[in-house]
Amino acid sequence: MSVRFTLKCLAAAVAIFGFQAAAAMAQQGPLRIEITEGVIEPLPFAVPSFQPESAEAGQMANDLARVVSDDLTGTGLFREIPASAFISTVSDFNAPVQYADWKAINAQALVTGAVNVQGNNLTVKFRLYDVFSGAELGSGLQFSGTTDGWRRMAHKVADAVYSRITGEGGYFDSRVVYVSETGPKDARKKRLAVMDYDGANVQYLTDSGSIVLAPRFSPTGDRVLYTSYETGFPRIYVLDVGSVQRRVLESADGTMSFAPRFSPSGQTVVFSISQGGNTDIYSMDIASGQSVRLTNTPAIETAPSYSPDGGRVVFESDRSGTQQLYIMPATGGEATRISFGEGRYGTPVWSPRGDLIAFTKQNKGRFHIGVMRTDGSEERLLTASFLDEGPTWAPNGRVLMFARETQGASGSSTLYSVDVSGRNLRPVRTPEGGSDPSWSPLQK
Amino acid sequence: MKRITTSTILIATLAVSACTNPGRFGGEDGTYVGSAAPVNTGIVPGSANDPASTAYFQQAIGDRVLFEVDQSNLTATGRTTLDGQATWLLTNSDYQAVIEGHADEQGTREYNLALGERRANAAREYLVSKGVPASRLRVVSYGKERPIEVCSNEACYANNRRAVTVLAGGLTS
Repeated sequence: MSVRFTLKCLAAAVAIFGFQAAAAMAQQGPLRIEITEGVIEPLPFAVPSFQPESAEAGQMANDLARVVSDDLTGTGLFREIPASAFISTVSDFNAPVQYADWKAINAQALVTGAVNVQGNNLTVKFRLYDVFSGAELGSGLQFSGTTDGWRRMAHKVADAVYSRITGEGGYFDSRVVYVSETGPKDARKKRLAVMDYDGANVQYLTDSGSIVLAPRFSPTGDRVLYTSYETGFPRIYVLDVGSVQRRVLESADGTMSFAPRFSPSGQTVVFSISQGGNTDIYSMDIASGQSVRLTNTPAIETAPSYSPDGGRVVFESDRSGTQQLYIMPATGGEATRISFGEGRYGTPVWSPRGDLIAFTKQNKGRFHIGVMRTDGSEERLLTASFLDEGPTWAPNGRVLMFARETQGASGSSTLYSVDVSGRNLRPVRTPEGGSDPSWSPLQK
Repeated sequence: MKRITTSTILIATLAVSACTNPGRFGGEDGTYVGSAAPVNTGIVPGSANDPASTAYFQQAIGDRVLFEVDQSNLTATGRTTLDGQATWLLTNSDYQAVIEGHADEQGTREYNLALGERRANAAREYLVSKGVPASRLRVVSYGKERPIEVCSNEACYANNRRAVTVLAGGLTS
């Protein structure tokens, strides 16, 4: 027996509208945040409530502006100027902007929008202004869809604003699959859940009858690999997010399989098999079930993650005596150790940009989320706590999400995000506890 | 004019009919002092006084062995416990067993799964070396997913780093 929820996401047509579109697209105004490792002063911006263009649009106009503002503020790169400070209001989406009024309150960026609701149909328009240059930055955009996908449209607006000002890809219109947790440590209930990146729209994908671990999105976000104990032994399942159909991957009796991740092509899974006290890494063609052994040592080798080009795999091994990070060709063969600092390193994840490896580090009784370059240089620890674990990258490679477990009998697990610079550590609000997050690509 | 592809996401919860017996993870009182000489009269079959019972195996023989931090080597105490388990399993040949390996919470999830498997396998290999047919013994690891004690210090961790021999089959179960 199953319970089915349906979430219709937006079917959006994007129209570049307005005059001088081409000229505006090419503009590179001075409104720009260079994201560097140094401390930055958040850029002050204003998002007046969007203009309702139909009688039904009033509430949604407020809600959309709120989510756009929350997305931008949540990055730590932007600071919202409260509406109470506004000198002028925006009462017409197409009227000229009174730049002097926004300059006076030091709003460097101004986001305006208009919302039209007709029954279930929602249309959102927005413009971004560089107040101090006195010009629009990029052209206005319009998104159309259904009202129940309104948050996605707000995220798309925020992604466009973020992208134009930082020059980086956005990440707000994305989802995260994770393990939702309830109950004490010795009787914890776990079930798979998927949510918007900001914790909204949580939907459960399994019940909590069996332990489920470490779901991982496919490169297109349509499937999820995870480990479940529903047979009594850990096995890897692949779940189609659309149909919620799932199947178990081939495995030999008397073995455990876990720690799966997709290849960038989505056709291969790399994972671990434990048998006879030994854990090695394998890859498997998902369609045929044909597997290839990639490591062959008496050590524990697990937590594999592909490079974005699919050519290499980073993984952890205790072949040196303690957990350390190694990189090998995706077809197996000689592995090169990349971690040499104090302590133990696990759960490496290759950045979608290819430049960094995120990891969990244990040292002197503390856990850290950190990053290093793929040759092991420039290690930086971004967090420290009793137990931080299992980072996942935002689609633009700028933000990491991970789980933080608190200690003691009442300990629980919460999802957190942190900028790759180490700034802006913040909890992700979920209805229950959370662990093992995996970030989707940016949605289409 | 660009077009954003239509996407529909259907999410459903699955009703997976699997049952979990909390006692399987070793919720029994570990402080029990086994009675070496069960009373001759009035033995309730299946009770801890019945030497062929699961309860007797858990309490009088001892169903678990403990491990040092990040280790899967058997301790001297552990080998003694496993000697008792081997003798019992050879006497009570109707039983099969799953050896469940566990780790404390000080470690990453995947590594602890592998470590628990090493521990369970160490116990299995020892039992096999004492004559228990390998075909009667399976292993599984729960990593750090099922601690029996929940404090975050060594007193609890020491009891969580364990391999538990869980019986299945037999006449009384």
